[in-house]
Amino acid sequence: MRYAAKKLASLILTMLIVTLMTFIAFSLISGDPASTMLGTNAEADEIEALRDELGLNKPLHVRYIDWVRGFFTGDLGSSYRYRSQSVVELISPKLQVTLILSVMSFLMIIIVSLPLGLVAAGAKSRFYRRFRSALNRLVMAVPSFFTGLIVTWIFGITLKWFTHGSYVSWSVSPAKSIAYLVYPAICIALPRIAMTVNMLSSTVEAELRKDYARTVRSRGARESKLLFGHILKNSLPPIITFLGQTAAEIIAASVIVEQVFMVPGLGRFLISSISNRDYPVVEAIVVIIALWVVASSTAADLINLGVDPRLRRGAGE
Amino acid sequence: MRKNPGLFFGLFIFGLLIAGIITAYFWTPYDPEAFVASALEPPTLRHIFGTDDFGRDIFSRVMKGAGTTLAVGAFTIVIGALVGLFIGAVTGYFGGAFDEIIMRINDAITAFPSILLALVIISLLGPEKTSNLVIALGIAFIPSYARVSRTAVLREKNQNYVTAARLMGAANFRIMSVHILPNTVSVLLPALTIGFNNAVLAEASMSYLGIGVSPVDPSLGFMLKASQSFLFSAPWYAITTGLTMVLMVLSVGLIGDGLKKIGR
Amino acid sequence: MKKQMIALCLAILLSVLALAACSAQEEKADEIVFGIAQDLDDDLDPHKMISAGTKEIMFNVFEGLLKPTTEGELAPALCESYEISADRLSYTFKIRQGVKFHNGSPLTADDVVYSLLRLRDEGLNAGFAIVASVEKTDESTVVIKLSEPSVEFPTYLTAAIIPADYKEQSSKPVGTGPFKFISREAQENIVLERFDDYWGEKAGVQKVTLKIIENADSLILSLQSGAVDVASHLTAAQIAQLGDGFTAETDTMKLVQALYLNNAVKPFDDIRVRQALCYAIDKYEIINTVFGGYGSPIGSSMYPAFSKYFLPELTDYYTHDAQKAKALLSEAGYPDGFSMTITVPSNYQPHIDTATVIVKQLKEVGINAELRLVEWASWLEDVYGNRDFESTVVGFDASQMTARALLERFTSTHKRDFINYSSETYDELFARAMVTYDDLEQTEIYKAMERELTENAANVYIQDIADMVAVRKGISGVRFYPIDVIDLSGLHFES
Repeated sequence: MRYAAKKLASLILTMLIVTLMTFIAFSLISGDPASTMLGTNAEADEIEALRDELGLNKPLHVRYIDWVRGFFTGDLGSSYRYRSQSVVELISPKLQVTLILSVMSFLMIIIVSLPLGLVAAGAKSRFYRRFRSALNRLVMAVPSFFTGLIVTWIFGITLKWFTHGSYVSWSVSPAKSIAYLVYPAICIALPRIAMTVNMLSSTVEAELRKDYARTVRSRGARESKLLFGHILKNSLPPIITFLGQTAAEIIAASVIVEQVFMVPGLGRFLISSISNRDYPVVEAIVVIIALWVVASSTAADLINLGVDPRLRRGAGE
Repeated sequence: MRKNPGLFFGLFIFGLLIAGIITAYFWTPYDPEAFVASALEPPTLRHIFGTDDFGRDIFSRVMKGAGTTLAVGAFTIVIGALVGLFIGAVTGYFGGAFDEIIMRINDAITAFPSILLALVIISLLGPEKTSNLVIALGIAFIPSYARVSRTAVLREKNQNYVTAARLMGAANFRIMSVHILPNTVSVLLPALTIGFNNAVLAEASMSYLGIGVSPVDPSLGFMLKASQSFLFSAPWYAITTGLTMVLMVLSVGLIGDGLKKIGR
Repeated sequence: MKKQMIALCLAILLSVLALAACSAQEEKADEIVFGIAQDLDDDLDPHKMISAGTKEIMFNVFEGLLKPTTEGELAPALCESYEISADRLSYTFKIRQGVKFHNGSPLTADDVVYSLLRLRDEGLNAGFAIVASVEKTDESTVVIKLSEPSVEFPTYLTAAIIPADYKEQSSKPVGTGPFKFISREAQENIVLERFDDYWGEKAGVQKVTLKIIENADSLILSLQSGAVDVASHLTAAQIAQLGDGFTAETDTMKLVQALYLNNAVKPFDDIRVRQALCYAIDKYEIINTVFGGYGSPIGSSMYPAFSKYFLPELTDYYTHDAQKAKALLSEAGYPDGFSMTITVPSNYQPHIDTATVIVKQLKEVGINAELRLVEWASWLEDVYGNRDFESTVVGFDASQMTARALLERFTSTHKRDFINYSSETYDELFARAMVTYDDLEQTEIYKAMERELTENAANVYIQDIADMVAVRKGISGVRFYPIDVIDLSGLHFES
């Protein structure tokens, strides 16, 4: 319990540092939201008036404190760019899309790589093992936007299984929404499936080489009992940690993939809000992304704690 | 060689690429910036990779670009690994409140979108140059190395040989550099090759988003981004640059795997 | 065995999903999807919207007393006719009868008075500052009185007329145009539907969805895949990607693309250096290599679509001549050339490509130019705001249908004279144009200003970029205007 409380406290501390960093970041990068909104035909005094209206002339620490206060009351302010809309209102549909996309990719990773990884670990053929690690290397080496283009080329343009750019939102039709999101999800999942299979099988292989496995085997236990009864249990903690990291990476990968597939999610919104210097929106998205990243590793730690009580003693460090 | 074909294969490809990159410093078939032929010519004997949308020789540009990409990957992991290693080792070894604070900042950087981080650093350093992108990516990579090395140091710290050294009155610095660090190399080596992989991909992604890249000395990632507009009418542009990039990352990965095998 | 099973399961899973995707495509009935690069992120209140991209689209929803025509003239829209008094101080409008707003209420003289006074009183449009009074004299007549005469005033009368008692313009805009606004989702789409009670020629399709696709390559993919039917602001190279299945209509972007030079920094403070650059840069090579031969070369801050003001003879004032360029450079004290940077916003590929060719051309006369890509927001602040740059490749458009919109920015006291151009003659000419009320005479003064810019080599003028519109075969009715608007009302399916 103490361990969990400590984890939670450090999560909050991390989030505070992240939000502070975002504020400082925006005071450092060049580009002003007011001039970006008004464009090239604006007069200097129009820009100044808009800056006043947006509260940009207030000192940084005042803006930060205002923002933190607003955050706890659920008021994230309104967007600079979409003048008449609140941040919460703008972000909610984007968050939904990104959540669906992330959950889909994560499920794909687990459903495909757990069985494949176990099968791969049992394989005796050296050729096969080499093929697996080479494939893993190859898939890892391709940038995700390129994977996206190739998937679009094959499934979208050549096979016409989906229409690139015709995403339908969840509220209109959940089935159509999912049917479109399958393809970006594949792009996110593909390299991670390869990595997970590789990681899983090498962890299991390492366990198999350990003394206890030999002992169990020499006692004549069946291979499947060995695998599921002992090996899997022992290799679970590193695998859970790894999956926690993977979950965190998915959100970063979705930034690029959403761009390629024209999916109106958080990542794409983040990019355009950064280039338009829409601070309130960026700040909110950064908090969500950071929370996702920190929460997935914390979750992995806590699950491990449940799976392997031995960790509890060492958890103090 | 027969026992370790991956290493051999990796070294072979990497050697070829290095040879090409070094040659490009003195000679390329054509001036990489000159418009030498008509636009988007398919591969021929004169232009073995074809020409790009300006009629520049893609092969010459790939030779030059591979150098930029290699430099981006290498310097990023040098910055990330050196600083990360140092931070991780110090915090892991001494522990306490200092460790706690540094690790929270570490977490915060990890959780912070790297695109925004890159933008900040590039804005601070002035004009968009490839070198600034390298620094930005390097900083973004520090936390992962810090974490890896901290864990490794923590594990070694309580081993008998370290305790023995400490009892014998060895200085902290000596314990760390002579006893602990050499033992963590086997953990760090795979982290380095994955780091190279990720650095090259991150640079390509930044190019795709149009952040912090310079068309003056184009990297393979920048060219790959440019080529995607012509994926259908001139697929050789994307294939040749993409393949070179994949081969570079692949060969470094294979070398890493091979070395790990030898280490065992 | 197990492996095969897993592979089989995977294959089945994938094909089921793919089938789901196939059935997801349905027939589009009387609906056109138009791809646009810029989101309508603005206030939708027509008097408050600021971004060009928003105005371009909302042209279909709102109308003013006057409306621009495809020929660049102003035609009566919400008025049946109008008269201007001899002293140009009084405008009398006969309000069109039988016009309805999208919310069903009829257009009255009160709505007109309300809209025009709102523009003046809330300071929403600088052009209305000279309005002394707006009064309705009877139910269908409105008289505007000005405090001083102005040649440009009619162009401001294209400002939208909105219902007087309606408060939700910012989010649910209501106008009188051929399309009514239905919905928008940030970064996703804007939906417009045909307004069946429109007073004029009704729109050709029932529904238009404007899909926001910022990335040019993704836009091309969406056209190819069938998700988008029409897209504008494409380049010749992008059109070439599309192949069959589309017709391309060519227009120009209506902007002045140039290598803008900071006239205040060395070495560009020397007219000989600027002229050398003009001789060194070959605009025709740029148009041929990057733009597939499409584009209108220009020689001053004016584009050919503004035929009233455009001077064709300035286009070839400086013909490409590397020897002359080198001679001018030696004369200016740079026999071995110099180094310079060209700052280019990274969000628009045609400018980057243009700059790439310029770098190569400058190399041929010994100038070592370095390309520097910056984000658009940084460009606005550093280059445009703080004038911290040597040279930059961008394009300027006109916010109003007048030469002033393009030429005023180079007067030395103008806050947006970011190239630091400073010429007494030019300032005097502009001051004279402002007090000249005769259209022909004023046009001559504007032409003299253009000549002045060219002779002083203020910038290296390149072209008005070709604006290609890709239209799926079976759809027609694209209309072009001399200012930047997208007229959706003519689009229709060929039967």
